[in-house]
Amino acid sequence: MPGKLLWKLDPGAVDELARRLPLGSALVSATNGKTTTATMAAGILRAKLRLAHNRSGANLVSGVASTLLAARGAQLGLFEVDEAALPEVARRLRPRSVCLGNLFRDQLDRYGELELVAGRWRTAVKELPAESALVVNGDDPQVGDLGQERGPGSRTVFGVDDPRHAHPALQHAADSIWCIRCGTPYEYAAAYIGHLGDYRCPACGHARPPLDVVARGIELEGIDRVSFDLITPEGSRRVRLGVPGLYNVYNALGAASLARALGATLDEIQDGLEAFHAAFGRFERIELGGKSLLVLLIKNPAGANEAIRTLLAGEAPRLALVALNDATADGKDVSWIWDVDFEPLLPALERLIAGGDRAAELALRFKYGGFDEREIEVVPELEAALDRALELTPAGGELVALPTYTAMLALRDIVARRGFVRQYWEAA
Amino acid sequence: MEPLVVGHLFPDYLNIYADRGNIAVLSRRARWRGYQLEVRALGASAEIRPGEHDLFYVGGGQDREQALIAPELAALGPSLRQAFDAGAAFLAVCGGYQLLGGYYRDRNGVELPGIGLLPLHTLAGSRRMIGDVLLECELEPGSKQTLAGFENHAGRTILDTGAKPLGRVVAGFGNDGESGYEGCCLGRAIGTYLHGPLLPRNPWLADWLLEQAIAHRTGDLPVFEPLPDELEKQAHAVSARRAESRGGRF
Repeated sequence: MPGKLLWKLDPGAVDELARRLPLGSALVSATNGKTTTATMAAGILRAKLRLAHNRSGANLVSGVASTLLAARGAQLGLFEVDEAALPEVARRLRPRSVCLGNLFRDQLDRYGELELVAGRWRTAVKELPAESALVVNGDDPQVGDLGQERGPGSRTVFGVDDPRHAHPALQHAADSIWCIRCGTPYEYAAAYIGHLGDYRCPACGHARPPLDVVARGIELEGIDRVSFDLITPEGSRRVRLGVPGLYNVYNALGAASLARALGATLDEIQDGLEAFHAAFGRFERIELGGKSLLVLLIKNPAGANEAIRTLLAGEAPRLALVALNDATADGKDVSWIWDVDFEPLLPALERLIAGGDRAAELALRFKYGGFDEREIEVVPELEAALDRALELTPAGGELVALPTYTAMLALRDIVARRGFVRQYWEAA
Repeated sequence: MEPLVVGHLFPDYLNIYADRGNIAVLSRRARWRGYQLEVRALGASAEIRPGEHDLFYVGGGQDREQALIAPELAALGPSLRQAFDAGAAFLAVCGGYQLLGGYYRDRNGVELPGIGLLPLHTLAGSRRMIGDVLLECELEPGSKQTLAGFENHAGRTILDTGAKPLGRVVAGFGNDGESGYEGCCLGRAIGTYLHGPLLPRNPWLADWLLEQAIAHRTGDLPVFEPLPDELEKQAHAVSARRAESRGGRF
């Protein structure tokens, strides 16, 4: 709140506060994974530096201002930044490093079309100080291309190189599938998540740029872990993450590349990444009196698909609580649930509790996806939905909940009120 | 009976607002009425044989994708208009709605060609019209219905004089934010900005389209028995309330 006030009263004060950080600032932005990537990077950098880090996901200019106000004694600012807020934050903070992860369609009512966000990022990159280090995900055609704006000395391109984990075809949620130069459909040697992968335009040759920091030899270990070879120009390490899924490999690559650009050693990177734990709503397990609750945040098609894909690396749930809200932070337009591939959940699913303000819409998504309408219970009120779902969960069993952002916050509050969680917001 | 055939135009390009939700609703509801429905994707230089398709679906795209595809779609214009004249039904949403009109003129005055099936044109506007919408419609005289959806468009669509809108705007912007009307309806063709997607929470319109498609196929307009649609009614009610409380206005 103080940040919001400061931002209103004197926007220039943000610039002034940022200039007081002796080592400057680093920014992380992406449609999916920015909170995790920034938190992973903080875990690495904290070994040596005192950080000002907006850990609670307050990622607009006002949130950055709040963090700066409270950042007494910090040496480096490390900020997760909302995609739309990136140009403004970059202009004010003049960061020494920026990590750009991915661009997927997300909350079109709020962000507008993908091209629009990509255009704003392009401008932001052009305006970066010449000495700023840019870190981009080369596997995303739009994002990878931003790196080409800068010389090889001031950019790092990261990506995945492990076709064993590629999808046989592009997913429905792939967005940037037309060559950004000439409009021809890209050909993919490997498509990993949505449109992230090893692409090449058959017409004009626009292709994934050479990778500087690479993940190979990826081993997905159910819903608990993933390990991979982190390959950098300085050498390689086998990294074992305590969080699951291919998307967390991307997050770790972004964090590693950013930390490296800021001077972290390979050992510090490995230690920091391996010490990372899931935040609430991101595959964290909470014990609830003899039962456990596994919460997976869903907020857009690409992110939800990966959450589901990773969930299904473990035992497919027979009962699920899916909660759809339509507040501003969730997106008022709920169309996106129809672009999520919920279908892989259906064969094992026996009962669905549909929660949140738009529970009925969600129920329709499952009904028209082929799920038996009689096995759907519509319980909009979240506490009632959680209680009903827990009632149906056998003793010792686990309840899987897939909430949208504000539904996740509400669930978190309910669970905290009941005294079951540690102060997870510290890490969220 | 052979399956009903839906021609889905450029699904790879025009799919931004969950258009596959509309297709899923058409497929399931046809099946519940004892009809099979086959969806055939139609891309660039597709061959559209006369009488082959009973219903055409065109979704929305991002500006870039719409610009990529507009000339290809325009090239299919003659065969699509022929199909329309022969009684095929159409549902066009958002960008697809614009492309079924005469043209779309962007802010630099550059015109993207439409197929000229619906009597309208679209001009790029400076303010985006985003929000929940509620319409009142009377597709069949004497039978008033409501449609609840979500709109997100900068284009202002202007209907030709005498053209029939899909509905009257109860809450939201509609075609241009001024006229008080939304969408366009011509024979068995419907164009609208409403997504969300449109059909799951407005199943009566899905049924109307299926009836028209069957009429194209058999020559007889069937009358479906209503389905219970309890979830659909709930979703419609929530969406309608949203439009009334926070639907767009300038």
